[in-house]
Amino acid sequence: MNSIVNFIDALGQYNFLQTALITSILVGIMSGLVGSFIILRGMSLMGDAISHAVLPGVAVAYMLGVNLLIGASVFGIVAALLIGFVSTHSKLKNDTAIGIVFSSFFALGFILISMAESTTNLHHILFGNVLAVSDSDLITTVIVGALVVLFVVVFFKELLISSFDETFARSYGLKTQWLHYGLMIVLTLVTVSALQTVGIILIVAMLITPAATAFLWTNKLKFMLVLSAILSVIASVVGLYLSYTFNWASGPSIVLTASIFFIISFIISPKQGFLTSRIAKKGEPNV
Amino acid sequence: MFKIENLSVGYQNTQILDNLSVEFPSGAITGIIGPNGAGKSTMIKGALGLIKRQNGVARVDQRPIESHREQVAYVEQRANLDLTFPINVFDVVLSGSYGRLGLFKEPSKQDKQNALSALEQVNMLNFKERQIGDLSGGQLQRVFVARAIVQAAPIVILDEPFAGIDMKSESEIMSILKTWRAEGKTIIVVHHDLNKVTDYFDHLIILNRGIVAAGPVAEVYTKDNVSKAFSADLGNVLFTDDNDSKQEGVSHE
Repeated sequence: MNSIVNFIDALGQYNFLQTALITSILVGIMSGLVGSFIILRGMSLMGDAISHAVLPGVAVAYMLGVNLLIGASVFGIVAALLIGFVSTHSKLKNDTAIGIVFSSFFALGFILISMAESTTNLHHILFGNVLAVSDSDLITTVIVGALVVLFVVVFFKELLISSFDETFARSYGLKTQWLHYGLMIVLTLVTVSALQTVGIILIVAMLITPAATAFLWTNKLKFMLVLSAILSVIASVVGLYLSYTFNWASGPSIVLTASIFFIISFIISPKQGFLTSRIAKKGEPNV
Repeated sequence: MFKIENLSVGYQNTQILDNLSVEFPSGAITGIIGPNGAGKSTMIKGALGLIKRQNGVARVDQRPIESHREQVAYVEQRANLDLTFPINVFDVVLSGSYGRLGLFKEPSKQDKQNALSALEQVNMLNFKERQIGDLSGGQLQRVFVARAIVQAAPIVILDEPFAGIDMKSESEIMSILKTWRAEGKTIIVVHHDLNKVTDYFDHLIILNRGIVAAGPVAEVYTKDNVSKAFSADLGNVLFTDDNDSKQEGVSHE
């Protein structure tokens, strides 16, 4: 209890902690929203791939001294296009194409980063260090967050229908390919923001764990999006507290908090909880 | 009037359809039958540009369909959907208004009213809050027909709407198709067996990697054509007499 008071006290005192808190909240909202569509479209592996594939972009941006977002977005999109290219121009299955492309990009990024920067920085990129977020990073995150929320709100009905029933969406003339690549761009933007809080390796957890948890509680997409964002924000803030108090890396702290929410929901959620469905089955008469 | 001109579709090493042309009259229900792998769904998807085609175009009153998609409502096979998706019956039906709305516009009160009235027409109003995974196959099919009602398109294409559904749903859907016919719409139904061909359809297309026969049912649904497209045995079973009297209730599956 004392440590929570300390944390709140420190929040009032230290600028870096306030920056960390706002960043965590924004990243939570973004990843919760985008992650919902990622899991509903069966693209969890794609989310993992894109988040790893931005690493060389981060390295190149460091080297050239340009904004991380630009480098990361370029490599994220190139990876998405390359995955599409490999799977349509060979008999390989999509997940194989994803595996090949993202591991290659990640390996390349790893080498580029170690050429460009010291190892401490690599550690932060891989596992996140939300306590070291600068004010200019925060401004970027605010802008990206606004863009991501705008994308989801403006294209909500298109995202809904193309995720649920792509054939129908195409039959009435929706350009689902454009939407797909739009979502990939948004995904890379979220990735770069989440890189600061949870790091590249664990970004996929922020995308899928809160969304999957929300999925277990509701049958309404709008409610799922909101719930996913809320869970993601809570996990981020609790993770930040744990990180500050126990000096744990922020990424694993946030991700483990989200995992605990998932485990609880998996057991007790009314929709498809492990426990609830067993009880429901017992209650049914034997047929 | 809906027509397909010079449609060719093939996958890697197999040519499925080669230079196929066919017309669908308005104010009529046209059935498409043919054995498994005949290219029935391929023809529809190729015409609508939902799969890659090598050649050909589908036209609505002379205009290519790509620029007039609002003219066609397409009810695909149910099997291809994720039934765990967090969406309820009402929202599925409401999505029938999305094509007309285009980007950046939300469904209006009128659109929502249309969705409710479509649900009423297929007798599914009581299910409007249900998650789609809770429905039976027949109920789900009625929901997709309700969505086509909301689309209010002059051409409606249904891919195997009666496959694996209950009698009640089948007859409710059939009565909607008849209403559409009375309104002068062009209705196209890919049909999975030979049951009720003469009851359901005004026109018939028999397909087997190309058109075997097309025209009014009475002219097209003959022992010769069925034997040619399916097998001589099936032709003999369905048409016992030489004068083509039909025996109903035999599925070819």
